[in-house]
Amino acid sequence: MLDANPAPLVQVEDLKMHFPIYTGLFRKHTGDVKAVDGVSFQIMAGQTLGLVGESGCGKSTVGRAMLRLYEPTAGRVVIDGEDVAKLSPEALRKKRPSMQMVFQDPQACLNPRMTLEEIVSEPLDEHTDWSRDKKLERVYELMDQVGLNRRFVNRFPHEFSGGQRQRIGIARALALKPQFIVCDEPIAALDVSIQAQVVNLLEDLQAKLGLTYLFISHDLSMVRHLAQRVAVMYLGRIAELSPSKDLYARPLHPYAEALLSAVNEPDPELAARRNRIILKGDVPSPANPPKGCNFCTRCPKVMDICRSVKPDLVEVEPGRQVACHLYGIQSATGSTGGTEAIERKQQGVNQ
Amino acid sequence: MLTFTLRRLLLAIPTLLVISLVIFLLVDLAPGSPLSQIPLTVPPDVRQKMIEALGADQPVMFRYVLWLRQFFWVEPMNLFDGWFGTHIVEGEQRILSWQSRSPVFSIIGERIPQTLIVIGTAYLVGILIALPIGIYSAYRQYSLFDQIGTLFAMIGFSVPTFFSGTLFIIIFSVWLGWLPTKYDTTLQVIDWASFLEQIKQMILPVMTLGLANAASISRYMRSSMLDNMGMDYVRTARAKGLSERVVVLKHVLRNSLIPVVTVIALGIPSIFGGAIITENLFGVNGIGAALIGAIQASDIPMVQTLAFIFAVLIVLFNLIADVLYGFLDPRIRYD
Repeated sequence: MLDANPAPLVQVEDLKMHFPIYTGLFRKHTGDVKAVDGVSFQIMAGQTLGLVGESGCGKSTVGRAMLRLYEPTAGRVVIDGEDVAKLSPEALRKKRPSMQMVFQDPQACLNPRMTLEEIVSEPLDEHTDWSRDKKLERVYELMDQVGLNRRFVNRFPHEFSGGQRQRIGIARALALKPQFIVCDEPIAALDVSIQAQVVNLLEDLQAKLGLTYLFISHDLSMVRHLAQRVAVMYLGRIAELSPSKDLYARPLHPYAEALLSAVNEPDPELAARRNRIILKGDVPSPANPPKGCNFCTRCPKVMDICRSVKPDLVEVEPGRQVACHLYGIQSATGSTGGTEAIERKQQGVNQ
Repeated sequence: MLTFTLRRLLLAIPTLLVISLVIFLLVDLAPGSPLSQIPLTVPPDVRQKMIEALGADQPVMFRYVLWLRQFFWVEPMNLFDGWFGTHIVEGEQRILSWQSRSPVFSIIGERIPQTLIVIGTAYLVGILIALPIGIYSAYRQYSLFDQIGTLFAMIGFSVPTFFSGTLFIIIFSVWLGWLPTKYDTTLQVIDWASFLEQIKQMILPVMTLGLANAASISRYMRSSMLDNMGMDYVRTARAKGLSERVVVLKHVLRNSLIPVVTVIALGIPSIFGGAIITENLFGVNGIGAALIGAIQASDIPMVQTLAFIFAVLIVLFNLIADVLYGFLDPRIRYD
């Protein structure tokens, strides 16, 4: 019966990434920065999941921890049937060709002492036993795919413009024919005029090569354009995970609502009527998040329960998952069991 | 690159002329006279004759210009004559030491092999010790190895060579009796036994100086590695699925070596300069010992010539370091 829904290519379960804090004279372990604190989602093959949120909410950390560029503290990251979080170093190296990343800063992420050819063909040196000519042929092929002139093959990264450098970064990521690519704010460092080019390139490549993307960005309109589903992150947790159409039409989580109200509206009449929600206060420190819901310190719709119980990410409408007590109570009104459970939890916390 | 090098060489000429004048005036204005060691029983007119014989009675500017001519024309041409058997500057006066009345350049020629062998080896050993320590310390920052490496560097930095050298002599020569206390400059390497002897007598001075050199270079290496270790391209390299060895040795190390290589190049003139204290301590009869002897005897031509040669080497190696930088870092262009 599941034949209609193919298995997801990428499945993340309860991913946690805590960075330890050492303080004092003897560098004692006094706490953790909970950059990512229990994140779960799935991405279907050939689809794009957008990951949005404000700066410092842990978006990039999710991407890096998924590809084991950081060692995740806990959780499972299953990519094409293998749990990346548990692979041995050697098995992980063998797995790398199938999962790649396009980085945020196209200047810094390319080795300044290597030419374009060396940068793009290095993964081939490591993972294939091709001859030099065959590798060069592949480099040319990739350059054509990302729209770089073949004459540039022996140039160094500093000789390219920002947009071209990002194309090198994409060509590099594609060299080993990955199935899954994490795009970590690939357009954030680019000129607005170049952003569209790069996004279109990513879309074309997806259509041509059947790639699966995790698209991390704080540019909400770009994500809307690219992603089928969008996860909104706040302080290391997912607040809402919805199909992008539904999310942009009617955000459920108060944070998603506030975030989307900040998107610029090109129509001045609509813009005048727009109901901009301005959040008060600062984001709490991820080293010391609030006890209940992460968002309870700034939420305009905060309730008592929010300050004591962490809401779970639950499906409140078909295909839409929200971590908010507003919806927990609505769905729980029918059954007494739900409220009891919440009360029990509260008592547990109070003791 | 060639234009840049030539331009820098041309610019070096006025710089060196000013340096030579400053050195000459400083040495000349310093108190003391080449004849201050001569007993007072020598009659004044004889003393006057001796001064005239040295040429020390001439005005400063006259002696300076004469020295310039000797340094830049007579000495190089003399070398040329020696090589090709010509007679261009035959009979012209060379720069003579006031102490020994022999040409300064012959003295330098006698002294330099000692210095290069001992100090050069110490520098090389220092580099060979420092690079692995720096690399591994940075790779495992704050590990036990790194802490010990830091301690080693701090000791190398803060303990002066006259102390560490003496300490080594006490431990290895006096207590253990393994190594000789003095460096025998008359030893000739003719067979295995004398070669071993040479190695044995080199160990102590090389260790003393090598420790000091290794300390500073390992710190440079470590901090440069740390700078690069956190760079985004290193993460890219890991994402490519390269092995840790390749990531560290190819990506991080090659980029980190750029500043270290220039620091090493800038340190090379100090090899020629010799190490005055260490040479004296172990009796290595090198350039450093020659310089200190000349200063004590107010041997102006000798001090002037040596100081000026060091200045030339420093200017030259600065240029070499800059050119090296251009070769190693493709982002730097000299056009």
